[in-house]
Amino acid sequence: MSEHAHADEHFAGTNKLFISIWVWLVVLTLIEIFLAYKPMPIHLMLIVLLGLSIIKAALIVAYFMHLKFERLSLILTIIPALVVCIMLLSVFFPDSFRSAGLRYKFQEQPPVAPAPLEEP
Amino acid sequence: MSTEARAATFPAVDWEGGTLPYRVGHRKLGMWLFIVSDSLTFSALLFGYSYLRASNVWPTPFPFWPSIVFSSVMTFCLLSSSLTMVFGVSASSKGDKAKARKWILATIFFGVAFIVLHLIEWNHLLHEGLRPFYLPEHWVKVFTTTDGVPPSPLFGATFFAITGLHMFHVATGAVYLAVVAARVNKLKHEDVEISGLYWHFVDLVWMFVFPLIYIMSVDVGHHTGL
Repeated sequence: MSEHAHADEHFAGTNKLFISIWVWLVVLTLIEIFLAYKPMPIHLMLIVLLGLSIIKAALIVAYFMHLKFERLSLILTIIPALVVCIMLLSVFFPDSFRSAGLRYKFQEQPPVAPAPLEEP
Repeated sequence: MSTEARAATFPAVDWEGGTLPYRVGHRKLGMWLFIVSDSLTFSALLFGYSYLRASNVWPTPFPFWPSIVFSSVMTFCLLSSSLTMVFGVSASSKGDKAKARKWILATIFFGVAFIVLHLIEWNHLLHEGLRPFYLPEHWVKVFTTTDGVPPSPLFGATFFAITGLHMFHVATGAVYLAVVAARVNKLKHEDVEISGLYWHFVDLVWMFVFPLIYIMSVDVGHHTGL
């Protein structure tokens, strides 16, 4: 085997780097647990939690899964298509909000039988 | 003229991608493609859960003890297992197979700890009376809105489906790693790295399941019905 092939097997990143990534992941998780007990609107909570999760996922993919050290062509093949596909799933939400609106309206004004017409 | 010889005359030859355009072996590329498809499976499940949650009155029943404490320790186990896995892959890249095996076995230990804790946590909820299509009676009382709209009985279905599928991935990952640990001397470094990719992916999925399923459903005491 050539020296070149051996160099390709090198797994970039030191143990010190991996430990610091692990510390970051644990700290971000603790922030999430702390936020769980902070009263805030559910939309804001969702945005903050998803933001933290995306940061954590990016750290795992980049360093633990080593994608940061791979060729750019691999990153560009995998990540954008996946992100677009996941974003497209949001298309269902208008329907979700619509059915919630229908249900509450129905509960506020329960259907009643029409009053019998009075005979003169 | 052989295919290889003809290929050298193609205009695309100057792109320098050679026969390994991604500079990874076909098995590693295959694992990446599997991870992409599995990400979409979990995304679809989490979107389905969010759809139901947004269109229903949703219970937020998880107490600090045991649910949040257990799920937090489980998260810690998975994060630590990823660290031991990356140490294993790093050792394997330096050709230290014995050390790689040791770290992979530590990874399996954390994975099994995750599964055991998760099953205990499931058991708590089953004892409370949670089922895939039924809520415990006292949850229905507590989380019914002032307008009289009851909470969705699909809480259990989404909870058990998503955490169950994730637990299945952890279990298969533990078996996969056990095979890799047993055969580590015969395997190439890239094969060890591929098993690491799968394991980190299982950890990554939990980074979304934990906040969306557990943190978003913490019982903070104000039962507004939303």
